[in-house]
Amino acid sequence: MHELSVCQALIIQVQEIAKQHDALAVKLIKLQIGPLSGVEASLLENAFPLASAGTVAENAVLYIDRLPVRVRCQQCGAETEAAANRLICGQCGDYHTQLISGDEMLLASVELTKES
Amino acid sequence: MCNTCGCNITPGNKHFAYKPVEGGTTAVSVLKNLLAKNDDQAVHNRQHFDSHGVLAINLMSSPGSGKTALLEATIDALKHEFRIAVIEGDLETENDADRIRAKGVPAIQITTGSACHLDAHMVHDALHSLPLEGLDILFIENVGNLVCPASFDLGQHRNITLLSVTEGDDKPAKYPVMFRAADAIVLTKTDLLSVLDDFDPQRAERFVRELASNAPMMHLSARKQIGLDVWFDWLRQELHAQRDRVNQGKTARPKIQPEGVQLHVSTV
Repeated sequence: MHELSVCQALIIQVQEIAKQHDALAVKLIKLQIGPLSGVEASLLENAFPLASAGTVAENAVLYIDRLPVRVRCQQCGAETEAAANRLICGQCGDYHTQLISGDEMLLASVELTKES
Repeated sequence: MCNTCGCNITPGNKHFAYKPVEGGTTAVSVLKNLLAKNDDQAVHNRQHFDSHGVLAINLMSSPGSGKTALLEATIDALKHEFRIAVIEGDLETENDADRIRAKGVPAIQITTGSACHLDAHMVHDALHSLPLEGLDILFIENVGNLVCPASFDLGQHRNITLLSVTEGDDKPAKYPVMFRAADAIVLTKTDLLSVLDDFDPQRAERFVRELASNAPMMHLSARKQIGLDVWFDWLRQELHAQRDRVNQGKTARPKIQPEGVQLHVSTV
């Protein structure tokens, strides 16, 4: 529901980076999004053309790396994949786990065009 | 499918999309949270709370689960023990702020229009009309919504998620992002359990534990004054802990606010 405001925040960040590097245009924006971040990757993709229109990122490709949910068990030490609403250890079933991937909402990298 | 928004990149073709960087192109690694601007403002808000020794608590839940009723009961019981203020978030109306003011404590209403959550900038603006001097606890009652508010750090120290027994005991499994964000969970309207045969508090708790959460679960009814003491004790404990932190120049963030993502940045 709030993907447009997240996407607008993304564009502001990208504009600042482009300015710092005196870039003519942004070619590629790479994000990392996990299922537990609270934003939906496909809705971000839909919002991107709206948020980027008229900016230095207008023609950029948005690539979203969808990361899996992974947990590390504090009891048996195993690292396993898990469902977003069932963060228990895939090995021993204990719920004392630590999330090691899956809540990312990161701007990973951008590619900038510097010469025409 | 188009060539501008990335919708044409699939797991099958993405290796073609990442050809080596050509001349005239610079790759910049960033690794910043998409909400970095909000997070910076949240850090500023938190410093503001800490410098006044205030404990800030964010209340989140579905609409109608009893956030305002819990605050009313809390103010009735504790207003002579602590100085309390409330920031209310709703799409429209001053109704909730009016209910809080009627209890004799300051309340600021933020009306978000159509925005589905509060963010750190809205809270900062509200702080301009809410003097923190002499306050002990600031409650921020977020917009009733089990989705978006969980993603935005406001500068609070603790998150409370409420779940009313009229909602269904599987809400934690349906809304994992929200329930994972809770430092404590309050089960409300428990006086109605006797007439509801489809809400099992133990099942609700099991769904919470399956989110790898140790958050305490407090069962209460604000209307019927049942179980409120546990909640009041939790507040006293948290305020005590906040005062200790302030004395040591430390602060606290809610259990899983965005800082967490920095712990496990994967390779780009």
